[in-house]
Amino acid sequence: MSDDGADPADDAVPADRDYADWLDALADGDGFALVCSDGHGSLPPRRVCPECGAADLSREPLDETGTVETYSVVHVPSPRFADDAPYATAVVEFGPTRLTGIVRDGDRGSDATPDVEIGDSVAVDVGERATDGERLVVFRPAGES
Amino acid sequence: MTDVRVAGVGLTPFGSHPERTGRDLFGEAALRAFEDADVDRADVEELNYGNFMGALAEHQGHQAPLMAEAAGVRCPATRYESACASAGVAVREAVRTVAAGDADVVLAGGMERMTNLPTDEVTEGLAIAADDLFEVRAGVTFPGAYALMANAYFDAYGGSREDLAHVASKNHENAVPNEYAQYRKEVSVAEAMDAPPVAEPLHLYDACPITDGASALVLVSGEYAERHDLDAPVAVTGTGQGTDRMALGDREHLARTPAAADAADAAYADAGIEAADVDLAEVHDCFTIAEVLALESLGLFEHGEGITAAREGVTTADGDLPVNLSGGLKAKGHPVGATGGSQIAELTRLLRGDHPNSDRVPDAAVGVAHNAGGTVASAVVHVLEVAE
Ligand SMILES: [Zn+2]
Repeated sequence: MSDDGADPADDAVPADRDYADWLDALADGDGFALVCSDGHGSLPPRRVCPECGAADLSREPLDETGTVETYSVVHVPSPRFADDAPYATAVVEFGPTRLTGIVRDGDRGSDATPDVEIGDSVAVDVGERATDGERLVVFRPAGES
Repeated sequence: MTDVRVAGVGLTPFGSHPERTGRDLFGEAALRAFEDADVDRADVEELNYGNFMGALAEHQGHQAPLMAEAAGVRCPATRYESACASAGVAVREAVRTVAAGDADVVLAGGMERMTNLPTDEVTEGLAIAADDLFEVRAGVTFPGAYALMANAYFDAYGGSREDLAHVASKNHENAVPNEYAQYRKEVSVAEAMDAPPVAEPLHLYDACPITDGASALVLVSGEYAERHDLDAPVAVTGTGQGTDRMALGDREHLARTPAAADAADAAYADAGIEAADVDLAEVHDCFTIAEVLALESLGLFEHGEGITAAREGVTTADGDLPVNLSGGLKAKGHPVGATGGSQIAELTRLLRGDHPNSDRVPDAAVGVAHNAGGTVASAVVHVLEVAE
């Protein structure tokens, strides 16, 4: 095997590395989007802007808080979210891009369907799935920490 | 461009057939299509076959040669996958092949086996039509994605769960006389409203069922039909396809489906018609909100006005523009990889006059079929017209 590729048996190299690196950045408070010179934002990995094909992409920080554009309370989950349901999933605008994740109420520290409305202001973080501990994008009401 | 005729259509009954293999389902649909078409199998020059999750459902990849065997044809055979639009793209390529003069006879359709899997595995299987990294890992299910679109629609244009319940009730009523439909029972608006939630605001009766089934079409050139004196009065006069960003969150508008609008524009231009010429439509109502979005993308209603179409009786069987007279995915059922072919089969029967609901549209001459994949990252639209 050539030595410029990752060894799949090596636990230190995550599967879906670009996604894992992006989640790491998000968890560190350094969430970012890839933005072209026309201002189109997208999420990694990208060789070109998916909107216009521009190859010149820069790493731009997400806004501190985002606005909920739509949400749904999911009652029938996939097996990977069996112990998480019911949960609220939302699409949130964070400046250069939107993110999709689960809304959690920081105070209650649970997934128990929080009161979420379109237009709410939320912050983004990385949390864990109740079902199996896998990392995922979570939103918390802005102002909590 | 050569005239493309629907020489024959075949469907299995849609429903729960966990004991039946995929090859048996598609074999039955193909057999019925050949019987309907009165075309010699040996004349088939290509098989275009749609399937979405066969590798999950029956550990079977490379399905096209298997389905050629099941249909009793020996010709180039290809499987098409485009999530819930798998059969739509398979049919579209068949139409283009015949229209281009590259073949006189093409067998097209699709099959899906779903009920042999536990419901949670079907939920997981359907979710793979979304972006795995940025949607599925963030908790988006298939109903959840359409629920996100429904709430975005309500926020942008208004509308209510009750408006959606009218869509469900309409399509269930249409399915009652349809011998191929999975649910031939009426569902009242009140029953739909009272059903348990799946992904709010969508409840049980806003969602299509889990279905096994297959569809098959024998498409021929007008020349072939004439030469063999076939009774093939319905022509596919327009085809179009559109693509959008995969993830819902990356779309320009969360309550619109421009891939379907692009597909419709192309199909209408191909057929030389306008939206106003359409007499009836079969649209991809995997969820009630999806029918609303489809009607608007097809240009049949303005944005924000499709939501009340069923409630106001415009799209009911007796309305000005009947939609989903077959029962739609909602009540007829949604064997994912077969659906796009079944819509064309049902439209053909409706236009020919041999569908149980044909008497609701005795003068219809132009029908449109709308088949969507995922949250309409893929869309295929076909125009069918009575040619003689
Ligand atoms: Zn760009």
